[in-house]
Amino acid sequence: MIKSWKAIAPYVLIAPQTLIFLLFLIFPIATIVVVSFWEFTGYSMTPAFTFDNYIGIFTSQVTLGTYLSTFRFVGLVWLFTLLIGFPVSYFLAFCIEDVRLQIILFLVCTVPFWTSNIIRMISWIPFLGREGILNNLLINIGVTDTPIDIFLFSDFAVVLAMVHLYTLFMIVPIFNSLMRIERSLIAAAEDAGASGLQVLKEVIVPLAFPGIAIGSIFVVTLTMGEFVTIRLMSGGQSASIGYLIRNQIGSLQYPLAAANAVILLMVTLVLIFAIMRLVDIRKEL
Amino acid sequence: MTKITRRKLIQTGLAAGAFVATTRCAQNPAPLGTPNNPAQGPEVNTNQIADVTLRMIGTGVSQINEIKQKAEEDLGFKLELRALSTEENNQIAITQPDQYDIFDGEYFSLPLVVPSGNLQPVDISRITDFDKIVPIFTTGSLYDGAPVNTSQGTSPIRVMYVQGEDSSEFATEATGWATLIPFQYNADTLGYRPDLVGRTIESWAELFNDEFRGKTSILDIPSIGIIDAAMVAEAMGLMEFADKGNMTREELDQITSILIERKRAGQFRAFWKTFDESVNFMSSGEVVLQSMWSPAVTAVKSQGIECVYAPLKEGYRGWGGGIGLSRNLSGIQRDAAYEYINWMLDGWVGAFLGRQGYYSAAPENARKFMSEAEWAFWYEGKAASEDMVDPFGKTLEKAGAVRDGGSFEERMGKVVVWNSVMEEQVYLVQKWNEFIAA
Repeated sequence: MIKSWKAIAPYVLIAPQTLIFLLFLIFPIATIVVVSFWEFTGYSMTPAFTFDNYIGIFTSQVTLGTYLSTFRFVGLVWLFTLLIGFPVSYFLAFCIEDVRLQIILFLVCTVPFWTSNIIRMISWIPFLGREGILNNLLINIGVTDTPIDIFLFSDFAVVLAMVHLYTLFMIVPIFNSLMRIERSLIAAAEDAGASGLQVLKEVIVPLAFPGIAIGSIFVVTLTMGEFVTIRLMSGGQSASIGYLIRNQIGSLQYPLAAANAVILLMVTLVLIFAIMRLVDIRKEL
Repeated sequence: MTKITRRKLIQTGLAAGAFVATTRCAQNPAPLGTPNNPAQGPEVNTNQIADVTLRMIGTGVSQINEIKQKAEEDLGFKLELRALSTEENNQIAITQPDQYDIFDGEYFSLPLVVPSGNLQPVDISRITDFDKIVPIFTTGSLYDGAPVNTSQGTSPIRVMYVQGEDSSEFATEATGWATLIPFQYNADTLGYRPDLVGRTIESWAELFNDEFRGKTSILDIPSIGIIDAAMVAEAMGLMEFADKGNMTREELDQITSILIERKRAGQFRAFWKTFDESVNFMSSGEVVLQSMWSPAVTAVKSQGIECVYAPLKEGYRGWGGGIGLSRNLSGIQRDAAYEYINWMLDGWVGAFLGRQGYYSAAPENARKFMSEAEWAFWYEGKAASEDMVDPFGKTLEKAGAVRDGGSFEERMGKVVVWNSVMEEQVYLVQKWNEFIAA
């Protein structure tokens, strides 16, 4: 009796999680895949097996343009979150000796997340706008005579807002990686005559790779599916796949939206697998 | 304070990260509000007279709490409101028929909703004041020679009647069965900031005028935005449409390429999707001329900023909303729903809406609940003899002001096209996405 219980115990223990995964992850995704092959008749969808949705997507030049635009945002946001995230994490991990101060400063990094992301986004508008604070400042100190339009409702604004929203996702895992680095390794490198830059390049950055990879996965997946920020900050002038899907759902074109969602999922998975191949996160953790 | 170890800090950090990540991922930023329509929470109701509770979905002003309270007080049963965006409203009406008893929607959504069979035709013989409803809805003609009589698009009269009690097909002439009973409608046009534009805007063509490059906006709801674009293209003489509310693929191709060309030339500052956005664009000065909804103009004005809802020589784009019944309604529930519709037309609601600039389906009834000054200002286009105050106590217009566009007949009579669902709707959305992606 006890023996058989031991045999099935792992399965019983894993059952709740498996059920949750099946119900809330596998089942919805399977439904989306199924619907993506359905037909759409203008106001309703009917079960069918047609490739029309996919053919439509792959033969439209909008798809390519939209993916390129999405990739551009992903690339820029990833670059800037990394460029900001790494130094901040480094500073927190190595320059602050006091653990309590470390915690306080870490919490300071999360302050922007105490409000909803819509509010964080909208707060940029009066700042960057034509009659906004930044333009007024520039005019007052004589840098420019006329308001600069590209601050708001532009790609610049989109990237700025997303970097603002997502840098924390880069900071947290990198900070975590940096905190796990044995301080004796650094001491050893210094003893062996490595300069500060060499220590950074040969010891710290390689050991921070898992953190960078996890942070990148966060930032890439969040940016790939993004539509609210892109819409609000570009004033609806820039496209993203998420926004395209949203427009289709709004017009009740579920099968087409589902097909787009499936493709987006595939593309995102490919990106994540590429990151995982570069760094074996499991081993490094 | 407990001692904090490095390990603990790592754990807390990871937990915080995971927490932030999950809350971020779980967010589902819904589209912001619809006209005058902050999502209102349910509230405690003390009325115990009847057990009936009617569940209502809607985009419009019927979702205002004051109207709900008054209705419950007058009628003795309960209402449960759900405020939605136009798109969500259609989605639920079509795909979740069990979730509502009363559908408050726009006429142009009917070509999508009615074929689903989820709406129960309204028996006109049970509507007491049906003969007092504005003829735009019941016969399709307002007065002899009015442009609205020959308007294009999904004009209410085209989708007003169905063929019979169990029918989900539109009838071309009056039958005893209606899809929706109207209660509010208006004429939409361009809004502008006279202080920043510096002259009077009299034509839709001005939206694409180089003079306002980088300072205009168009609304980013495909079915409505495309019609505004068509009004502009026609006014400029760039193209002509057989029916702006039902374009052909060729027409859609052509209008999209015009839009893309204007977008690339930097004509637009931004596009708006929600009411609030259009107000912010205008009041912040980002945009000086744009497609707008009437309450949005009012909202800009109430901030003390000059804003004109331009009467344009080409005419207006109209829209109308009404109340329909769910197929599931029967027995006492249905009786209650009919009572509600009759109450809706009785005038109190019409007056309430009239004070915000909307028109009532039965103006004579609304008049009974409005002051002489209010009626003269909102419906007759006369100068306000006193300050015009909306139902929420905000002063909208000072004494002496005149409504932009004039009287009811002048404004509604000049509606030349209605918000529409086209036969090529799928293609339209595709082309619209192309425009946004360009």
